[in-house]
Amino acid sequence: MSSLTIRKQLPPRARPAARPAAVTRREAWIRRLPLLPALIYVIVVTQIPFLVTLYYSFQSWNLLQPGSRHFAGVANYATVFTDPTFRTAIVNTVELTGVSVVISMVLGVALAMLLDRKFFGRGVVRTLLITPFLVMPVATALLWKTTMLDPIYGLVNFILSPFGVHHVAWVSQFPMGSIIAVLVWEWTPFMMLIELSGLQSQPRDLIEAARVDGAGAWAIFRKLTFPHLRPYIELGILLGSIYVVNTFGEIYMITQGGPGTATTNLPYYLYEKAFQAYDIGTAAADGVVTVAGTLIVAMVALRLISTVFRLEGGRA
Amino acid sequence: MADAGYERTAGQRRWSPAAWTVVAWLVAIAFFLPVAWMVITAFKREPAAYTYPPTLDFTPTLDEFRQALARGVGPYLENSAMATGFSTILVLVLALPAAYALAIRPVRKWRDSLFFFISTKMLPVVAAIVPLYIVARDVHMLDNIWTLVVLYAAMNLPIAVWMLRSFFLEVPREVLEAARVDGAGLRQEMTAVLGPLIRPGLAATALICVIFAWNEFFYAVNLTSTRAATMPVYLVGFITSEGLFWARLSAAATLASAPVIIVGWIAQKQLVRGLSMGAIK
Repeated sequence: MSSLTIRKQLPPRARPAARPAAVTRREAWIRRLPLLPALIYVIVVTQIPFLVTLYYSFQSWNLLQPGSRHFAGVANYATVFTDPTFRTAIVNTVELTGVSVVISMVLGVALAMLLDRKFFGRGVVRTLLITPFLVMPVATALLWKTTMLDPIYGLVNFILSPFGVHHVAWVSQFPMGSIIAVLVWEWTPFMMLIELSGLQSQPRDLIEAARVDGAGAWAIFRKLTFPHLRPYIELGILLGSIYVVNTFGEIYMITQGGPGTATTNLPYYLYEKAFQAYDIGTAAADGVVTVAGTLIVAMVALRLISTVFRLEGGRA
Repeated sequence: MADAGYERTAGQRRWSPAAWTVVAWLVAIAFFLPVAWMVITAFKREPAAYTYPPTLDFTPTLDEFRQALARGVGPYLENSAMATGFSTILVLVLALPAAYALAIRPVRKWRDSLFFFISTKMLPVVAAIVPLYIVARDVHMLDNIWTLVVLYAAMNLPIAVWMLRSFFLEVPREVLEAARVDGAGLRQEMTAVLGPLIRPGLAATALICVIFAWNEFFYAVNLTSTRAATMPVYLVGFITSEGLFWARLSAAATLASAPVIIVGWIAQKQLVRGLSMGAIK
């Protein structure tokens, strides 16, 4: 990892990059060859279905009504955009993703800094802390819904009872908060792992020198640790968002999108349209709009993670 | 553990190392509590699972595990193992050459290719599920484990390429050049030089793929029903009875999660390395 810090000090273009001019056409194809199977596979399995989704989105087609399939123009899009549930789903998705990812990241950085010190039983503590990320999300959802958040027998109410909390029905009173809490519990270890390796690549002597010069803990964090961690934080936010936007199991198991539409996010909304109403056309239009929205967010996110790509090292 | 030596690191002036140790342990126990409670509840009988205050005073029993097994967990476990195993193998077979092409003898515009792989992860799964469902239905591949294998491989491939590439980049250039000067052919370069050096990275990548494939739910619940259903789908069956059978539910959840938890614990060094290195470099 030390090479990362060395690279960082170099201007981005100063590193030896591939020399395209020196590579002949034939050679270029030979080099490209090993890349092709993976590239073609990804295109066929992920990109082509999306194009088909685009095609379906202009059709009126319900699987429950055989022979109903016909070209419908933008009718599906009109349906989607006039559907208040869809707008709720967009807002819910943004809220769910944004809040969960930010809280997980803040906790992840804090826990990583905790684990970066030496103390008794550090290995065990790390093992305990990464476990939520390993538990099957559907199992997580089931457990939180029942043994943890149950209004009568739940462990959370029991633990909070000395603080005056009694028999709160978390899932029905705070559906969004409950889902976010579960997601934060799941994703904090993921963020922590990424930040931990960021911290471990931090040059110790620099921090030592700063401390000798009388810098306080906060100053060291702000001036040294945080700038060093920044690409790792951006990366965690990017990867976390990619996964959390697609949250489905937790909602399916804990709230079924409810009460009402309080926790219906885009994946769950589309699931209802496609697999409960069998309305392929509308579901496809939802999918297309979701992708458009995600692309906008991704553009912003990619601007953000530009540092990650700037650190990319090439090799001739 | 053995890390008893207290070494001073950043900002330790006001709090003693002992205080930090206590804080770390408290936080760890808090985070682990839901998992611990799942395992504890799994060893209870049903009445003991419903008490207020929650109790630790009970006679452990394997009854609920037996009940969960009696509900036919076998085929689900087998399906999960197949979908996870085969998809991970497929991912590695496809990702290794791709990562090589992006790292060791980079193709022109390798940056664009890498970027393309990552960008496919930004396409939400919901955008593809409708045609995947229709196509799988039309070619009679619904409720088929190989459908999941194909999709899980596509799901994990971008991350795998990214991670493996970073591990290839770790191989010191001098080692490769020395091998080439010594007249090592491509085959020798792969087997004798790159192979051993890349093995830990390969393990880390495989681990990440296994975690995500084993735990995947969206494709599994929408594209399988009885024959190809995986462990997460098996757990859905407990939703209907949730009000009454917490111990059994906990036993099933423990069974479903245990394989990945144990593998993750054993290979946590790789997990730390895998996630981050793969990411940044």
